[in-house]
Amino acid sequence: MRMDLLSEPVDGLDEALAAVDAFDRTLAAGLLRPQPAQAEGLFGLADAVAASPLAARVAEAADKAAAGAAGEDHFLAFAAARAALLGAAHDALTARADEATGRTRADAPAPAAPAEHAPNLLAAARSWLSDLARTGWQGLDHDVVSGSSQVVSAMLSDPGLRRPAALLDGFAAELAASCPGATLDRIPVRRWADLWTRGMLLTVPGAAPAPAVDTLTGRLLPLGTDLQEHATAAQAQVHAVFEPADGSTPRLVRASVSVPKPDTVLGAGVWQLLRPHMSLLAAAGEGRSMDLTGMPVTAEGDLIWQDERARAGEPVDPFATARVALPTADAPATAPLDRHPVLLAHPVFLEGYGAEQDAETQTVTFTLAGQRLPVDTDRLPVAGPLTPQAVAGSTACVGLLRWDAGGFFLQPLAVETTVRKKTVALHAGAWAGGTTDKTGAKAEKAATDAVAVLRERAGRLLRK
Amino acid sequence: MSDFERSSTARVIPPARPRKLAKVPFVELADGRLQGVVSSGSDIERVYVSSVAAGTYAYACSTNNNRPCGGARGGFCKHIGALITEAVLQYGAERVARYLRVDVADGEPTAQSLNFTMGQTRPSPADSKAAASVFSRFLRHLAYLELPPTTAPLPEMQWFASTRAVA
Repeated sequence: MRMDLLSEPVDGLDEALAAVDAFDRTLAAGLLRPQPAQAEGLFGLADAVAASPLAARVAEAADKAAAGAAGEDHFLAFAAARAALLGAAHDALTARADEATGRTRADAPAPAAPAEHAPNLLAAARSWLSDLARTGWQGLDHDVVSGSSQVVSAMLSDPGLRRPAALLDGFAAELAASCPGATLDRIPVRRWADLWTRGMLLTVPGAAPAPAVDTLTGRLLPLGTDLQEHATAAQAQVHAVFEPADGSTPRLVRASVSVPKPDTVLGAGVWQLLRPHMSLLAAAGEGRSMDLTGMPVTAEGDLIWQDERARAGEPVDPFATARVALPTADAPATAPLDRHPVLLAHPVFLEGYGAEQDAETQTVTFTLAGQRLPVDTDRLPVAGPLTPQAVAGSTACVGLLRWDAGGFFLQPLAVETTVRKKTVALHAGAWAGGTTDKTGAKAEKAATDAVAVLRERAGRLLRK
Repeated sequence: MSDFERSSTARVIPPARPRKLAKVPFVELADGRLQGVVSSGSDIERVYVSSVAAGTYAYACSTNNNRPCGGARGGFCKHIGALITEAVLQYGAERVARYLRVDVADGEPTAQSLNFTMGQTRPSPADSKAAASVFSRFLRHLAYLELPPTTAPLPEMQWFASTRAVA
């Protein structure tokens, strides 16, 4: 990997982010009665997209909002402008990361036909998000936050609305935990503006297109498992190299499984909820390949997993996959709505680096070819054998190259480390399919008990 | 702006800590209250819906059939005590104390010192209107177990990176 490219400035990035930041600060105070400084942030956003097809709509929105008269369509125009700027940032960062990893990326396909879904619920969600924009993060109270709860409940029971439901549920929980906004000593300004923007865009009927489906037949070689979670939802994604049966170029793919959950189901309990629905979790944990026959896939390289279209293959060491197959694999295109830096997650393999751990903050940094790359060990799932200490003592690493808060960093998925003169591999998702490890088994038992109690209570008290 | 302010994945809520759920299947800091559901020790069909308000510590405890708890006259009952204990396990004493706006006299707050400090202020009983909404939030919480999983990708979850840091 060309590490030097990762720390070099990206043209135009700072300017784009400055316009985003100025707009984001207006959301902190809210747009009910905007102050002159806020109006500046709104006009700055409009200026930044002045050369785009959004120009007229965003300029009009800025005029209205600066006068404290913004409606839902104006808020939507801001969300679109902000997403366009971060989309441009995403494209530049992706190009930079591809240059550093020497990877070829497929061109974005024409957008698929949009899926129409529950316009009333989407309108209700947009109305809540508009209330938030008026109130501002500093004006948050329980009344405005709880306005989401009926919408989210209704969305959760419609599988076609899982994406906005999972987003708004996690967002509302953060806002609720931060009430009252007036006493917040710090505000996650970009994060909440991101979640707000994403929510607004998803309320446009057809914003998230029905996945354009092709099918894959061949061999799937897992690289590692990434876990994402908030209090009431979790998603595991297995990153893998797919080798087509017809011998054409291998490609990078992802397989995802997600589930809503009660907030008291944690750690091993999350794996237990996900495990039965994707046999690949166990295969990736055990270091096995899988043979796919007609597995559906989107143009963005997301497998729509069906257990009946996969069967267990031979054991394949993910580090062998990372050393041999990963450099030959093509990367998929990004869906238009997924052009945001937070969605940048490129599988990479690193070795021959120096690893250091800060004694005070415990943060780990890899140094390769004189360049430093921060390592985010906070993301390592607690129910797994891969610890920050193991990463700090590692000699090779499979991970995801990501970007946030102004810089690239590495999220480890697996490391090789030396224990008693022998090389041992530790995987973040090793316990996804179950474990015989003593600590892991104890956590499994506690999680089983927790779910059993909840199911017993639900059986007695629900639907009466 | 600080890194926290310009991070898309800033961790806002520390994850809950695992605890045994048999006695108190549900506890939350929401709607300006510590609220939850406590299983009855004698009747498996019965639960107590208990709450303590932030700031005033006004308390309420009644069964799911709306009968007042006999123990919650003139002060916190054992159900509210159990609720505080489990909330401290799940969220950490600091976060519970901050949410309820309790200043314990000396040192680190504990479940015991929180209970004691709030009791010292001789809080008054709250009206029982909250009970219905707490119980419905509990049912909503249980309903999460019934929702089906999906293998369609949720790109939105990329904003919710898992974290090892606990409360």
